[in-house]
Amino acid sequence: MFYRESGQFKSSYAEDQQIFPIRQDRIGIAALLVLAFVVVPLTADQYWFSAILTPFLIFSLAALGLNILTGYAGQLSLGTAAFMAIGAFMAYNVELRLPWMPILGSFAIGGLCAAAVGVVFGLPSLRIKGFYLAVATLACQFFVLWAINRIGWFSNNSSSGVITAQKIVIAGYTLDTPAAKYLLTLAIVTLMSLAAKNLMRSETGRAFMAVRDMDVAAEVVGIRMMHTKLLAFAISSFYCGVAGALFAFCYLGTVEPEAFNLDLSFRVLFMIIIGGVGSILGCYLGSAFIILLPILLNLVAGGVSHTFGVEINHASLSNIELIVFGSLIIFFLIVEPHGLARLWQIAKEKLRLWPFPH
Amino acid sequence: MSVELHAHPRAHRIGEVILSVENVSLAFGGVKAITDISFDVREHEVRAIIGPNGAGKSSMLNVINGVYHPQHGRITLKGRTFTDMHPHRAASMGIARTFQNIALFKGMSVLDNIMTGRNLKMKTNFLQQALWVGPARREETEQRRAVEQIIDFLEIQHIRKTPVGRLPYGLQKRVELGRALAAEPELLLLDEPMAGMNVEEKQDMCRFILDVNDHYGTTIVLIEHDMGWSWTSRTAWWCSITARRSATARPTRCAPTRP
Repeated sequence: MFYRESGQFKSSYAEDQQIFPIRQDRIGIAALLVLAFVVVPLTADQYWFSAILTPFLIFSLAALGLNILTGYAGQLSLGTAAFMAIGAFMAYNVELRLPWMPILGSFAIGGLCAAAVGVVFGLPSLRIKGFYLAVATLACQFFVLWAINRIGWFSNNSSSGVITAQKIVIAGYTLDTPAAKYLLTLAIVTLMSLAAKNLMRSETGRAFMAVRDMDVAAEVVGIRMMHTKLLAFAISSFYCGVAGALFAFCYLGTVEPEAFNLDLSFRVLFMIIIGGVGSILGCYLGSAFIILLPILLNLVAGGVSHTFGVEINHASLSNIELIVFGSLIIFFLIVEPHGLARLWQIAKEKLRLWPFPH
Repeated sequence: MSVELHAHPRAHRIGEVILSVENVSLAFGGVKAITDISFDVREHEVRAIIGPNGAGKSSMLNVINGVYHPQHGRITLKGRTFTDMHPHRAASMGIARTFQNIALFKGMSVLDNIMTGRNLKMKTNFLQQALWVGPARREETEQRRAVEQIIDFLEIQHIRKTPVGRLPYGLQKRVELGRALAAEPELLLLDEPMAGMNVEEKQDMCRFILDVNDHYGTTIVLIEHDMGWSWTSRTAWWCSITARRSATARPTRCAPTRP
């Protein structure tokens, strides 16, 4: 009833091509941005910033990076965590060795290094596809962690390979509170999401999707296969690299190479599968599902045991949590294999007619 | 940059040889798909390639636009001779094609599919597109205008935002023709454009193909089994391929079934 675009006419192609062509969507997204940038910083507490919101945003960015590669360009990758590691460790090294470099510059250089490595490990994609390519990117995952562990330069010769991220200073201000770090992460993630959306609705994005859907036809209409696939790897790895740098600087502070193991790659992959492959909204939904749901389950379980006076010991509580979490993943995949983003889309279609059937 | 289609009011006079295939042979291991085939295609004509199943017709089209690489022979396109084509070069020299089994980008809308057909006209780089700055935005709108002309031409306005995977077969074929036309090709290769269609859809497709030839002067090489819907335009020539020989002839006994 409220979500209806009738009466909203487009009189130019530019109007038809905007990101949110429906007015209700534009109002909604503006409200969301105000909420995220203004209301949340004023109301949320430390725990929310450092344990929930910041990791949620960082994982959304990593999922966005993987989604560009896997969801849009159709190249399956298990190297996400490796690219994040490169971003984190290179940003750390740039800060360490070039003290004059502004922090955002370090993040960008971390991302660019990840992009370069991504291009190298993307080369097999010119010959192999699907599961076989995933195995090739697995090699990247192991190789990068091995290199960071073995080559002392990356961690400034720290014996355990652990790095401690430097202070974040932007234009003289030191961002050391969780709220400030949240705002920085939010700003970067918002801008990079916008850039990703722009990219995916223009020629580059169409070329990615064409390669994904039918590579022979893509080649025949003149899309250069090598250029397109390597560009997809580069952009995706850049996003993952920046996410990794934020992971180290804004979330953990102190990171060991093992934080970027295969587990993390799989986590990000699950995010895009649950959220929606080939959808930017899906990255956020998937990240929220994987990050927030365990916390929510924890709260619910705690509440249940409290109200009913049942004493549940901690070990079985966390097991129950895992069981519920696993079943929910299976449930969502059966109900909607195209992810939460598709459920949202279906809900919007339904809302257009609700509450009247015609 | 002009994005208008080069529209011409009337049918075009047949011109010089635009494509010449000389002694092309193609084999996959021990299987000889094409053996020593030669033929010419002249500018603005509609040329049909016929032959029994397995004669190598589709392989011939794949050789012309560089999907397959022949072992022997030469291809001369617009005065330049190649022993081997590449898809990107073929596309940038003005060859577009459709496939026998529809090869659309299933996850994309009709509009995006046809826009993809114009990718060689796009000059902005990915950074400009990511920032959505002036040139990228302008280009997107200009190309959209050109694509809308094709959408009008093919009468598919009502489905422009529909994902192509949801469309019925006949419309998918039409969208695929649209994607090929979007590149403003000089030479259009159509691989069984009417296979699997009902009579009405065949009539429509036949009309579109002849209209493309009339309006835009596009040279058309097509493969079709249904002789009845014959290439009745005065420009049509047969080129019959069997695995071992080819012959070119003007159709003399075809019923004039032009819709």
